[in-house]
Amino acid sequence: MSKYKAVIGLEMHCEMKSQSKVFSNAENSYNDNPNANIRPLDMAFPGTLPTVNLECIRKSLLMSLVLNCKQPEYIYFDRKNYYYPDLPKGYQITQMHAPVGTNGKIIIDVEGHEKEVLIHDIHLEEDSASLDHYSTISLIDYNRSGVPLLELVTEPCFNSAQEAVAFLEYMRRIYQYCDVSEADTKKGQIRCDVNVSIMDEKDTQLGTKVEIKNVNSFSNVEKAILYEIKRQSELKEAGKYDEVEQETRRFDEESGTTIRMRGKVDAIDYKYFVEPNIPKLKIEASWLEEIKKDIPILPRERKQKYINEFGLSEYDANIIIKEKDYALYFEECISLGMPPKTVANYLIVQIIAYLNKEGLTIKEFYLTPKLLKQIIEELEKGNISSKQAKEIFNKALLEKKEPKTYLEKTAQLSDEKVLEDIITQILENNKKQIEEYKNGKTNLFQYFVGQVMKETKGKANPNMVRDILIKKLV
Amino acid sequence: MNYIKTIEELHEMLKNKEVTSDELVKDSLKKAHFIQDKCNAFVTILDDATGKEVNDDLLSGIPYGIKDNYSTKGILSTGSSNTLKDYVPFFTATAVKNLERHNLVPIGKTALDEFGMGGSGTTAHTGNILNPWDLKRMAGGSSSGSAASVAAGVYPFALGSDTGDSIRKPAAFCGIVGYKPTYGMISRYGLFPFASSLDHCGCLTRSVKDAALVVDAMKGQDENDLTSWDSQNIHLFASLDGKVKGKKLFYIKEIVNLENYPDASNELKEHLDNFYKTLDLLKEEGVTIKEESIDRTLVNAIFSVYQCLSCAEATSNMSNLTGIIFGPRGEGKNIYEMIKDHRTKGFSSLIKRRFVIGSYALQKENQEKYFVNAQRVRRLIVDKMNELFQKYDGLIMPVSTGPAPYIDGHKEEITNDNTTNLEEHLQIGNFGGFPSITIPNGFINNLPVGINITGKCFDDANILNIAYALESKMPYKNQVAPIIKEGPYE
Repeated sequence: MSKYKAVIGLEMHCEMKSQSKVFSNAENSYNDNPNANIRPLDMAFPGTLPTVNLECIRKSLLMSLVLNCKQPEYIYFDRKNYYYPDLPKGYQITQMHAPVGTNGKIIIDVEGHEKEVLIHDIHLEEDSASLDHYSTISLIDYNRSGVPLLELVTEPCFNSAQEAVAFLEYMRRIYQYCDVSEADTKKGQIRCDVNVSIMDEKDTQLGTKVEIKNVNSFSNVEKAILYEIKRQSELKEAGKYDEVEQETRRFDEESGTTIRMRGKVDAIDYKYFVEPNIPKLKIEASWLEEIKKDIPILPRERKQKYINEFGLSEYDANIIIKEKDYALYFEECISLGMPPKTVANYLIVQIIAYLNKEGLTIKEFYLTPKLLKQIIEELEKGNISSKQAKEIFNKALLEKKEPKTYLEKTAQLSDEKVLEDIITQILENNKKQIEEYKNGKTNLFQYFVGQVMKETKGKANPNMVRDILIKKLV
Repeated sequence: MNYIKTIEELHEMLKNKEVTSDELVKDSLKKAHFIQDKCNAFVTILDDATGKEVNDDLLSGIPYGIKDNYSTKGILSTGSSNTLKDYVPFFTATAVKNLERHNLVPIGKTALDEFGMGGSGTTAHTGNILNPWDLKRMAGGSSSGSAASVAAGVYPFALGSDTGDSIRKPAAFCGIVGYKPTYGMISRYGLFPFASSLDHCGCLTRSVKDAALVVDAMKGQDENDLTSWDSQNIHLFASLDGKVKGKKLFYIKEIVNLENYPDASNELKEHLDNFYKTLDLLKEEGVTIKEESIDRTLVNAIFSVYQCLSCAEATSNMSNLTGIIFGPRGEGKNIYEMIKDHRTKGFSSLIKRRFVIGSYALQKENQEKYFVNAQRVRRLIVDKMNELFQKYDGLIMPVSTGPAPYIDGHKEEITNDNTTNLEEHLQIGNFGGFPSITIPNGFINNLPVGINITGKCFDDANILNIAYALESKMPYKNQVAPIIKEGPYE
């Protein structure tokens, strides 16, 4: 570990989910056919004008509220002017003067402690086209041109790669929970710029800031930060801190290092000015109130609820809130009256493992909460053993049949008289073990249970077996 | 028949079968070729154009011209620039689409100062556009070809666009009517942008009534242009009644008063004298006209504010012209060299100079001083005008310093010439998005001059009506340049 304090800021770009693009009415969806989702504006044909997608504005305001930001009085946009082959208009429409949210904060959990993250701003903008480079030519696909992007800029408030990644993970979840984005890093829907500087623990002045552009996965964000801290620390250690320059670098995945792109003097002057083709849109307080109502319970609040109200462990709660759909599944089970702990167990041990193995999402999972209830209910009543429950679970999944189909076949042995007879017989045959049990080897209790189950081919009602055994062994 | 008529008159003839739409179109094409030889007014003449069905719509079957910075589907649309010299759009500008519904027949695409930047008609990629009244003189710009062709009687109207005075000044130089309505009344979708916050669509005609008719047909809210607004309740043509008694107009002392111009030429003196005489005509109709004084600093700032804002917006608006998606591909080892080559070869030197001005004004270190301050001054000028529009129906001003200048020796430069304010004041109409119309008001040295009326936003009908009343007091309605005597006009 470096003896210096690292100071890290993040810029997180997230592609937004919407019917159409942010400034044109082309469809906003992933399309394998290049240049299929385009309107004249997306290729900047002369005379085209931007329109505004209100759904995108609503969603960005929702995020602004979630991040406890201040909303501007009016929504308007700016042009960021620069030439690049993926930017057909020669400018990007973005928000510089009045972002949809400024001065926000949000609390995240990092390894068991709380961390307040300060949000500089969050703004709505359009994505560029995508480029495919070949040996002698490059191809441009304009499908992505004009896709709505939310750019979230934090203050330099992180002190470790771990904190930064925890924030990104948490934000990814929030985007999903709020239905603002699929936030799928594999689809390139999230891209990050990272600022890193180091300073002596006691310093009050920030060190020289290095920006790493366009890092495409969270694990690369982590690697890039760790590498930069190391690189800068080594230079500082060697008395060569003046070689750390305010510059833009990129992360090279192959070598796991960062590589210089350009220095401060080469910084581009984007000549921002207000986009004249989009009139200012007043944000009415009533609209904000409406949007507020659409904010779902966020993952952190859910987690606290799971722990405090449902008695889950923090570990289990963390796993369930990781994916919005897990949480929704879990909560639906609870609302159907199933016991939280049992459901959590099932979800974590059986269901998620199954989904991972099969490469499915929980939405595609055959056993909906209603079907799962058929198993859990019987289990709770003690009509089936947990082993039987597991078997039914597996069979139902395999044959895609309702669990109750199998329940009838595995009707439990719950006749007290019959059970008592069996147990009496077993105890007769295990006198030595009874002796040991009474002398303190209490874990032999499970041995007796096992014997009963063996005798009944697993059909004995476990709760009843337990009760009878306790009575008889006293 | 020479068919140099107003739209209403032509409609009457079409209805009475004195002429067919096809005959009108053929005649118009013949004249277009004649005036093309004389004035170089067109980028494209649509020789295959044929007549359309005539119905009760006054515009049905009538030929017209389209400025070449309107996007027209399947028809070459160059903006008079080499950067788009072979560009054939696949969509039509909303304003043109609206006109198509009226069975109008486009005859040609008219040449302009490249992308509407310039007021001389000397920067089109097809060469200088000449004034039909005197071929040594400029037609004015940027709607040069539209003005020249309408003034030569090719058809009753042509479309124009106006960012500084690009409809209203060439109209004056060519002795015709030029009208740009309130900002957003006509959708800009499909108009090649010059400076979006100042760009207006409009038309050039030979009578106020025709201008009203044409804009009635062009206007309308458009979902593709967020700055357009609903004008369904505005009926310009129907509201022309010529009743102007009790109307109040003003002119700006700091611009119009001869004392501002100690070195005034005889031409300028005559022009201003003619202006005051024209005012008397309106006074006879019961219009009150007063001189108003405006802070001279504001007046002097008009042109620099315009240069600063229009050039800044233009450099950004024209950044899509890279030769990658459309326009001729540039040559070079990498994409930046290719873009540079395309733009170096594609743009005239005037545009390049304006790009430099625009970029300079937008640069981080200059932006507050130039661009942002220009926006502030624009606001001050507009506020001042709106304050005056509370008392008055409109502003009435002479257009330019006299008739069209000679082409030889013309340079577009910012000079300290004190007549700049008189040359450039129409830009006020673009700052505020005000409705503004120029009509011919006489001759100096046998060349036409014009007068302009500008009013408050959304008050187009009122402004047109005052212009209409004034027009009927003068003998210049539907006048054409004498050059037609040499041409295929009976």
